[in-house]
Amino acid sequence: MNPSKRSFLRRAGHGMALLAAAAAFASPLVNAAKLKVVTTTADFAAIARDIGGDRIEVASLAKPTEDSHFVDAKPSLILKLNRADVLIEGGAELEIGWLPALMDSTRNPRIHRGSPGNVLANEGIAMLDVPAVLDRSMGGVHAMGNPHIMTDPVNARILAEHLARVFSQLDAQSSEFYRANFQRFSDELDAKLAEWQQRLAPFKGRRIVAYHDSWPYFARRFGLRIDLFLEPKPGIPPTPPHLAQVIQTMQQEKINLIFVEPHLNWRTAETVARQTGATAVLVSQFPGGVKGTEGGYIPLIEHLVDTVAKNLKAP
Amino acid sequence: MREGWLLTLGGGSGQRRCRRGLLQPAARRALAWGLALELVRIGLLAQETPPADSVQRLQEELRQLRQQFEQVQREQGEQIRALERQIESLRAAPPVESGAPSEPGAPPSPPRAATPPSAEPATAAPAPADSNLGVSPVPPAASWSPTQPIPVIQSGQAYMNLSFKMLGTVGASTASDASEELELGHHDPAGRGFTLQHGELALDGAVDPYLRGFANIGMSIDPEGETHVGLGEAYLLTTSLPANLQLKAGQFLAEFGRQNTQHAYQWDFVDQPLVLNRLLGPHSLRNPGARLSWLAPTPFYTETMLGVFNGEGHSAFSYRAPGDEATHGRTPLDRGLRGPGDLLFVPRVATSFDLTDTQTLVTGVSAAFGPNNSGEHARSEIYGLDWYWKWKPAHAEHGFPFLAWQTEGLYRRYEAGADPVRGLPAEDLEDWGLYSQVLWGFTRRWVAGLRGEWVDGNAGAHDALDRFRGERVRISPNLTFYPTGFSKVRLQYNLDDGDRFGTEHSVWLQGEFLLGTHGAHKF
Repeated sequence: MNPSKRSFLRRAGHGMALLAAAAAFASPLVNAAKLKVVTTTADFAAIARDIGGDRIEVASLAKPTEDSHFVDAKPSLILKLNRADVLIEGGAELEIGWLPALMDSTRNPRIHRGSPGNVLANEGIAMLDVPAVLDRSMGGVHAMGNPHIMTDPVNARILAEHLARVFSQLDAQSSEFYRANFQRFSDELDAKLAEWQQRLAPFKGRRIVAYHDSWPYFARRFGLRIDLFLEPKPGIPPTPPHLAQVIQTMQQEKINLIFVEPHLNWRTAETVARQTGATAVLVSQFPGGVKGTEGGYIPLIEHLVDTVAKNLKAP
Repeated sequence: MREGWLLTLGGGSGQRRCRRGLLQPAARRALAWGLALELVRIGLLAQETPPADSVQRLQEELRQLRQQFEQVQREQGEQIRALERQIESLRAAPPVESGAPSEPGAPPSPPRAATPPSAEPATAAPAPADSNLGVSPVPPAASWSPTQPIPVIQSGQAYMNLSFKMLGTVGASTASDASEELELGHHDPAGRGFTLQHGELALDGAVDPYLRGFANIGMSIDPEGETHVGLGEAYLLTTSLPANLQLKAGQFLAEFGRQNTQHAYQWDFVDQPLVLNRLLGPHSLRNPGARLSWLAPTPFYTETMLGVFNGEGHSAFSYRAPGDEATHGRTPLDRGLRGPGDLLFVPRVATSFDLTDTQTLVTGVSAAFGPNNSGEHARSEIYGLDWYWKWKPAHAEHGFPFLAWQTEGLYRRYEAGADPVRGLPAEDLEDWGLYSQVLWGFTRRWVAGLRGEWVDGNAGAHDALDRFRGERVRISPNLTFYPTGFSKVRLQYNLDDGDRFGTEHSVWLQGEFLLGTHGAHKF
């Protein structure tokens, strides 16, 4: 064998050995790899954390303070999706303005629609406000119904059960863990739900004004009416004549609470509050959206219920 | 016959269905269409001069139809009112979870077992008419699971998204014909008065589990009033190739720089940037071909692409394009494809960083190499550098406020062949230029923009007659109002200064509307 060839072979051998060593070093990491879960919004992320605990890695594409209809399809988000094992999306067109652009670039069949790693959060949830006719002169209506589904704890439990199933399927070794977490979450939610419903029972049928129509699921669950909005139509900014009408209705019906989300125009809501003697409160559908909700999904609803109970005065 | 059909729809299935969710949209649409068709038919018949008995017959028909219409209207009105009453009553006394106290103060019942509780699927099984609006809790079927599809979904049932966009301007310029020297892009305003810049029918959807398909059919009306229809883009995109690869194939806009892949309605200004117009061409760089892209496994986003195109035709302006404007005065050869070396190659590397939580930078380097039509062995090469920076605060309302800065700089070396007949020598034409634009979305719906541009090149033998060469500077402030994501109104002023025409002023007012599915916004 000629020497140059041998040295090449030897070098190749060294290379192989190095590679093998690297693989041996890396393999425990690979085995211990957590399920990478990417969610479109922070509410899904919080529920995923409740089920997956420390055996999953969770990232939300939209910030909790951000307008979830309008998220920038930044390339860094493509990267997150490219490496995800599970994608949890709303399934009701909330993310239609940005998620499809990202999905075209992800090259990750694990999270495509129809794959086990693709979770549509609204599966099994009866959508509210599904328009009978699609007509954009009515504003930004969603063809599949109001997409802000997670403000009803019962819907959150449906998603949690769904996630326990999906995580168990993709990470069978931990399926007991996910099941147990779901059970704990469900039990805690049941206890809390009873407590929340009891707390809001005195306000049954009371009306609350919201800036945007994000709260039908919450309202229905707790017997409130949140059907008067500062926006004249979904997605259309408030106009003076419409606000005048809202103010008039608020005064007539003695409505004294206005829901504002962190990404919406606080000043408008404050003006209306001043003119009607009502209280404008900052509330979020997303854990971390307002102070005191960083703890997760149950603290978020707790905060919401608390805010309503404290601010809905006797008429 | 048709009335019977009409009645079946309006009074029959419609009535049955509207117990759940008013009236199904299909039925409503069919009803509306049926009525419209019938009225049109009657209208058409009435225009003829039929014998008296047929007039009577038609009047009778019309009377019956009116009666039926009124009846349907009455019935539906009653149904709507009934449903409204139901909603009111449900809102007043909302459904209470079986697992929760039904009265304030009642002791909470024990938590329920793990079966998906109160799943409330709007199951296909008919529900009692007095309770089901798709909102009230239905006891979950034991076999039900969240992975089962639910039947309330109304959209996403078509196999593709469909939209139509229309973009037009009205404007005035100190130049008697702005399309002569100032606005040389295919979708630019054509001069004083109205221009329909671009109409586009866009289709997209999943072809199968491995491919997505896109098509844009472009429409424009020329000054003679002729409508031109063209296949702007038609391509497939793979979704599941291994090793982070992706293939795009068909006719599409080459991924060179940032704006070349955008359609006219996505531009932030009324007109195409000068440097793109000159080097990539009035029709943008768009050709039949294929592109392979690789997403690198780096901690930050890095995408490497290689596009390969025929490089022929009007939309390959610096390459094998027809017309002596593209060849800078030389009689264009009709160079065929002699081998793979005659294809147009467009490599690009793009990378992106999130500088902070609210700031993102995307930057890229592109090039395009291919033969041109000015000589037997003449070639062109273009190099480009682009960046896009955007700031958007964490509490943005509908995406506002934001600040974005976009810049592209390009350089081209065009080997122009000799044309002895026209007295033009073989020479290397070098052109360069850049544009830089700042967009400031200062409040919801409103965006103010400012763009500065400069193009220049070395001296060439044909320059005196060449409107695609010579030094030009343009400053364009503009203001755009977006009533919704589906329409916009834009006012733009252009201060133009060029070697060939001196100083000119133009004002353009642009409008756009979109019907159908709104495509997602790329970053």
